[in-house]
Amino acid sequence: MTDVREALFIGRTTDGRTVRRPLSPHLQIYKPQITSALSIFHRITGVALSVGAFILVWWLVAAASSDESFATVSAVLHSWIGKLALIGWTAALWYHFCAGLRHLVWDSGHGFELETVHATGRLVLIATAILTALTVLAGFIAL
Amino acid sequence: MSTQPTQTIMRSGLGRARGLGSAKSGAAHWFAERVTSIALVPLTLWFVFSVFSLLGEPRAAVQAWAGHAMNATLLLALVIITFHHMAMGLQVVMEDYIHAERPRLLAILAMKAAAGLFALGGILAVIKLTLAH
Repeated sequence: MTDVREALFIGRTTDGRTVRRPLSPHLQIYKPQITSALSIFHRITGVALSVGAFILVWWLVAAASSDESFATVSAVLHSWIGKLALIGWTAALWYHFCAGLRHLVWDSGHGFELETVHATGRLVLIATAILTALTVLAGFIAL
Repeated sequence: MSTQPTQTIMRSGLGRARGLGSAKSGAAHWFAERVTSIALVPLTLWFVFSVFSLLGEPRAAVQAWAGHAMNATLLLALVIITFHHMAMGLQVVMEDYIHAERPRLLAILAMKAAAGLFALGGILAVIKLTLAH
Protein backbone atom coordinates (compact mmCIF):
# COMPACT_ATOMS: atom_id res chain seq x y z
CA MET A 1 0.00 0.00 0.00
CA THR A 2 1.39 3.32 -1.02
CA ASP A 3 -1.51 5.45 0.12
CA VAL A 4 -4.24 5.25 2.75
CA ARG A 5 -6.77 5.38 -0.10
CA GLU A 6 -5.49 1.95 -1.19
CA ALA A 7 -7.22 0.48 1.87
CA LEU A 8 -10.54 1.20 0.19
CA PHE A 9 -9.51 -0.95 -2.79
CA ILE A 10 -9.38 -4.19 -0.81
CA GLY A 11 -12.06 -6.59 -2.01
CA ARG A 12 -12.79 -10.31 -1.89
CA THR A 13 -13.42 -12.74 -4.71
CA THR A 14 -16.22 -15.35 -4.50
CA ASP A 15 -13.69 -17.98 -3.36
CA GLY A 16 -12.56 -15.77 -0.49
CA ARG A 17 -9.21 -14.46 -1.76
CA THR A 18 -8.53 -10.80 -1.02
CA VAL A 19 -7.81 -8.80 -4.16
CA ARG A 20 -7.15 -5.23 -5.13
CA ARG A 21 -10.46 -3.99 -6.50
CA PRO A 22 -10.25 -3.09 -10.19
CA LEU A 23 -11.23 0.43 -11.18
CA SER A 24 -14.47 0.82 -13.07
CA PRO A 25 -15.49 1.07 -15.88
CA HIS A 26 -14.24 -2.23 -17.29
CA LEU A 27 -14.39 -1.45 -20.97
CA GLN A 28 -13.67 -5.06 -21.92
CA ILE A 29 -16.71 -6.25 -19.89
CA TYR A 30 -19.17 -3.42 -20.50
CA LYS A 31 -21.65 -3.87 -23.34
CA PRO A 32 -21.29 -0.83 -25.64
CA GLN A 33 -24.20 1.55 -25.04
CA ILE A 34 -25.26 4.83 -26.64
CA THR A 35 -24.88 6.53 -23.24
CA SER A 36 -21.26 5.53 -22.66
CA ALA A 37 -20.32 6.00 -26.33
CA LEU A 38 -21.69 9.57 -26.39
CA SER A 39 -19.97 10.31 -23.08
CA ILE A 40 -16.51 9.36 -24.36
CA PHE A 41 -17.24 11.17 -27.67
CA HIS A 42 -17.77 14.35 -25.64
CA ARG A 43 -14.29 13.95 -24.21
CA ILE A 44 -12.63 13.02 -27.50
CA THR A 45 -14.22 15.98 -29.32
CA GLY A 46 -13.22 18.27 -26.44
CA VAL A 47 -9.58 17.21 -26.79
CA ALA A 48 -9.76 17.59 -30.59
CA LEU A 49 -11.23 21.08 -30.20
CA SER A 50 -8.30 22.02 -27.94
CA VAL A 51 -6.04 21.57 -30.97
CA GLY A 52 -8.48 23.76 -32.91
CA ALA A 53 -8.18 26.47 -30.23
CA PHE A 54 -4.42 26.63 -30.80
CA ILE A 55 -5.00 26.90 -34.58
CA LEU A 56 -7.45 29.77 -33.93
CA VAL A 57 -4.73 31.66 -32.06
CA TRP A 58 -2.19 30.89 -34.80
CA TRP A 59 -4.64 32.40 -37.33
CA LEU A 60 -5.24 35.52 -35.17
CA VAL A 61 -1.51 36.05 -34.52
CA ALA A 62 -0.75 35.64 -38.24
CA ALA A 63 -3.46 38.15 -39.19
CA ALA A 64 -2.01 40.61 -36.66
CA SER A 65 1.60 40.05 -37.78
CA SER A 66 2.32 40.17 -41.52
CA ASP A 67 1.04 39.33 -44.99
CA GLU A 68 3.58 36.48 -45.25
CA SER A 69 2.54 34.76 -42.02
CA PHE A 70 -1.15 35.16 -42.92
CA ALA A 71 -0.43 33.66 -46.35
CA THR A 72 1.22 30.67 -44.64
CA VAL A 73 -1.82 30.00 -42.39
CA SER A 74 -4.17 30.45 -45.37
CA ALA A 75 -2.13 28.02 -47.47
CA VAL A 76 -2.21 25.39 -44.70
CA LEU A 77 -5.94 25.81 -44.03
CA HIS A 78 -6.79 25.82 -47.76
CA SER A 79 -4.77 22.67 -48.51
CA TRP A 80 -6.74 19.43 -48.72
CA ILE A 81 -5.44 18.28 -45.34
CA GLY A 82 -6.31 21.68 -43.84
CA LYS A 83 -9.83 21.48 -45.25
CA LEU A 84 -10.21 17.93 -43.97
CA ALA A 85 -9.08 19.07 -40.50
CA LEU A 86 -11.49 22.01 -40.59
CA ILE A 87 -14.37 19.69 -41.54
CA GLY A 88 -13.34 17.38 -38.68
CA TRP A 89 -13.22 20.30 -36.25
CA THR A 90 -16.64 21.49 -37.48
CA ALA A 91 -18.12 18.08 -36.71
CA ALA A 92 -16.33 17.96 -33.33
CA LEU A 93 -17.52 21.49 -32.52
CA TRP A 94 -21.18 20.77 -33.29
CA TYR A 95 -21.04 17.48 -31.42
CA HIS A 96 -19.45 19.07 -28.34
CA PHE A 97 -21.92 21.98 -28.64
CA CYS A 98 -25.04 19.74 -28.78
CA ALA A 99 -23.80 17.22 -26.21
CA GLY A 100 -22.79 20.15 -23.98
CA LEU A 101 -26.33 21.55 -24.17
CA ARG A 102 -27.58 18.07 -23.19
CA HIS A 103 -25.25 18.15 -20.19
CA LEU A 104 -26.57 21.59 -19.19
CA VAL A 105 -30.14 20.23 -19.30
CA TRP A 106 -29.04 17.37 -17.02
CA ASP A 107 -27.36 19.90 -14.70
CA SER A 108 -30.73 21.66 -14.38
CA GLY A 109 -32.11 18.34 -13.09
CA HIS A 110 -34.10 17.28 -16.15
CA GLY A 111 -34.02 14.46 -18.69
CA PHE A 112 -32.72 11.61 -16.56
CA GLU A 113 -35.33 8.98 -17.49
CA LEU A 114 -33.64 6.23 -19.51
CA GLU A 115 -36.03 6.71 -22.44
CA THR A 116 -35.34 10.46 -22.45
CA VAL A 117 -31.58 9.90 -22.17
CA HIS A 118 -31.64 7.62 -25.22
CA ALA A 119 -33.90 10.00 -27.16
CA THR A 120 -31.74 13.09 -26.45
CA GLY A 121 -28.65 11.04 -27.31
CA ARG A 122 -30.05 10.22 -30.75
CA LEU A 123 -31.15 13.86 -31.11
CA VAL A 124 -27.56 15.02 -30.44
CA LEU A 125 -26.25 12.70 -33.19
CA ILE A 126 -28.89 13.85 -35.70
CA ALA A 127 -28.39 17.54 -34.86
CA THR A 128 -24.60 17.13 -35.20
CA ALA A 129 -24.97 15.53 -38.63
CA ILE A 130 -27.37 18.25 -39.87
CA LEU A 131 -25.38 21.19 -38.45
CA THR A 132 -22.08 19.78 -39.77
CA ALA A 133 -23.52 19.19 -43.24
CA LEU A 134 -25.06 22.70 -43.35
CA THR A 135 -21.85 24.37 -42.09
CA VAL A 136 -19.59 22.52 -44.52
CA LEU A 137 -22.01 23.23 -47.39
CA ALA A 138 -22.26 26.93 -46.48
CA GLY A 139 -18.48 27.02 -46.09
CA PHE A 140 -17.86 25.69 -49.59
CA ILE A 141 -20.47 28.08 -51.02
CA ALA A 142 -18.87 31.05 -49.24
CA LEU A 143 -15.38 30.00 -50.38
CA MET B 1 -18.28 -18.72 10.74
CA SER B 2 -16.17 -16.72 8.37
CA THR B 3 -15.40 -13.09 9.06
CA GLN B 4 -15.01 -10.39 6.48
CA PRO B 5 -11.46 -9.06 6.14
CA THR B 6 -11.31 -5.60 7.62
CA GLN B 7 -8.85 -2.79 7.33
CA THR B 8 -8.82 -0.26 10.14
CA ILE B 9 -8.00 3.21 8.92
CA MET B 10 -6.66 5.19 11.85
CA ARG B 11 -7.37 8.61 10.44
CA SER B 12 -10.47 10.71 10.84
CA GLY B 13 -12.86 11.10 7.93
CA LEU B 14 -11.94 14.77 7.61
CA GLY B 15 -8.23 13.99 7.65
CA ARG B 16 -8.64 11.51 4.82
CA ALA B 17 -10.82 13.82 2.74
CA ARG B 18 -8.67 16.93 3.16
CA GLY B 19 -6.55 17.55 0.09
CA LEU B 20 -8.68 15.18 -1.97
CA GLY B 21 -11.91 15.45 -3.95
CA SER B 22 -14.55 17.45 -2.21
CA ALA B 23 -12.11 19.04 0.22
CA LYS B 24 -10.31 20.76 -2.67
CA SER B 25 -11.84 23.06 -5.28
CA GLY B 26 -13.94 20.51 -7.18
CA ALA B 27 -17.24 22.34 -6.84
CA ALA B 28 -15.80 25.65 -8.07
CA HIS B 29 -14.12 23.83 -10.98
CA TRP B 30 -17.37 22.04 -11.87
CA PHE B 31 -19.36 25.28 -11.70
CA ALA B 32 -16.82 27.26 -13.75
CA GLU B 33 -16.94 24.59 -16.48
CA ARG B 34 -20.73 25.07 -16.71
CA VAL B 35 -20.61 28.89 -16.63
CA THR B 36 -17.96 29.02 -19.36
CA SER B 37 -19.92 26.52 -21.46
CA ILE B 38 -23.05 28.71 -21.25
CA ALA B 39 -20.98 31.75 -22.34
CA LEU B 40 -19.49 29.77 -25.22
CA VAL B 41 -22.93 28.91 -26.69
CA PRO B 42 -23.63 32.40 -28.17
CA LEU B 43 -19.91 33.15 -28.71
CA THR B 44 -19.42 29.96 -30.77
CA LEU B 45 -22.50 30.66 -32.89
CA TRP B 46 -21.31 34.24 -33.51
CA PHE B 47 -17.81 33.04 -34.44
CA VAL B 48 -19.00 30.32 -36.86
CA PHE B 49 -21.24 32.86 -38.65
CA SER B 50 -18.41 35.40 -38.74
CA VAL B 51 -16.02 32.88 -40.29
CA PHE B 52 -18.37 32.35 -43.25
CA SER B 53 -17.91 36.00 -44.28
CA LEU B 54 -14.11 35.68 -43.96
CA LEU B 55 -13.55 32.43 -45.86
CA GLY B 56 -11.07 32.91 -48.66
CA GLU B 57 -10.83 36.64 -47.94
CA PRO B 58 -7.45 38.42 -47.89
CA ARG B 59 -5.70 39.54 -44.69
CA ALA B 60 -7.15 43.05 -45.05
CA ALA B 61 -10.69 41.69 -44.65
CA VAL B 62 -9.72 39.88 -41.42
CA GLN B 63 -8.02 43.05 -40.16
CA ALA B 64 -11.11 45.15 -40.97
CA TRP B 65 -13.41 42.63 -39.29
CA ALA B 66 -11.27 42.22 -36.14
CA GLY B 67 -10.63 45.95 -36.10
CA HIS B 68 -14.29 46.60 -35.39
CA ALA B 69 -14.65 47.26 -31.64
CA MET B 70 -17.59 44.91 -31.15
CA ASN B 71 -15.92 42.05 -33.04
CA ALA B 72 -12.67 42.62 -31.10
CA THR B 73 -14.56 42.54 -27.79
CA LEU B 74 -16.34 39.30 -28.69
CA LEU B 75 -13.07 37.80 -30.00
CA LEU B 76 -11.36 38.60 -26.68
CA ALA B 77 -14.24 36.98 -24.80
CA LEU B 78 -14.08 33.95 -27.12
CA VAL B 79 -10.31 33.48 -26.70
CA ILE B 80 -10.31 33.96 -22.90
CA ILE B 81 -13.36 31.79 -22.19
CA THR B 82 -12.40 29.08 -24.72
CA PHE B 83 -8.92 28.64 -23.21
CA HIS B 84 -10.30 28.72 -19.65
CA HIS B 85 -12.91 26.08 -20.55
CA MET B 86 -10.30 24.05 -22.45
CA ALA B 87 -7.76 24.09 -19.60
CA MET B 88 -10.41 22.96 -17.09
CA GLY B 89 -11.57 20.14 -19.38
CA LEU B 90 -8.07 18.93 -20.23
CA GLN B 91 -7.16 19.00 -16.52
CA VAL B 92 -9.97 16.56 -15.73
CA VAL B 93 -8.94 14.30 -18.63
CA MET B 94 -5.35 14.25 -17.31
CA GLU B 95 -6.49 13.65 -13.73
CA ASP B 96 -8.53 10.66 -14.92
CA TYR B 97 -5.97 8.97 -17.14
CA ILE B 98 -2.53 9.80 -15.71
CA HIS B 99 -2.40 7.74 -12.53
CA ALA B 100 1.11 8.50 -11.22
CA GLU B 101 1.27 11.71 -9.21
CA ARG B 102 4.44 13.26 -10.65
CA PRO B 103 3.71 12.91 -14.40
CA ARG B 104 0.11 13.98 -13.75
CA LEU B 105 1.18 17.18 -12.01
CA LEU B 106 3.81 17.91 -14.68
CA ALA B 107 1.33 17.32 -17.51
CA ILE B 108 -1.30 19.58 -15.93
CA LEU B 109 1.23 22.36 -15.27
CA ALA B 110 2.63 22.13 -18.82
CA MET B 111 -0.89 22.18 -20.28
CA LYS B 112 -1.87 25.19 -18.12
CA ALA B 113 1.30 27.02 -19.20
CA ALA B 114 0.60 26.34 -22.88
CA ALA B 115 -3.07 27.33 -22.53
CA GLY B 116 -2.16 30.52 -20.64
CA LEU B 117 0.54 31.57 -23.11
CA PHE B 118 -1.59 30.87 -26.19
CA ALA B 119 -4.52 32.74 -24.65
CA LEU B 120 -2.22 35.73 -24.00
CA GLY B 121 -0.89 35.49 -27.56
CA GLY B 122 -4.44 35.49 -28.90
CA ILE B 123 -5.38 38.48 -26.72
CA LEU B 124 -2.31 40.40 -27.91
CA ALA B 125 -3.16 39.60 -31.55
CA VAL B 126 -6.73 40.90 -31.16
CA ILE B 127 -5.47 44.09 -29.49
CA LYS B 128 -2.91 44.59 -32.28
CA LEU B 129 -5.59 44.04 -34.93
CA THR B 130 -8.02 46.50 -33.38
CA LEU B 131 -5.36 49.18 -32.72
CA ALA B 132 -3.91 48.87 -36.23
CA HIS B 133 -7.28 49.42 -37.80
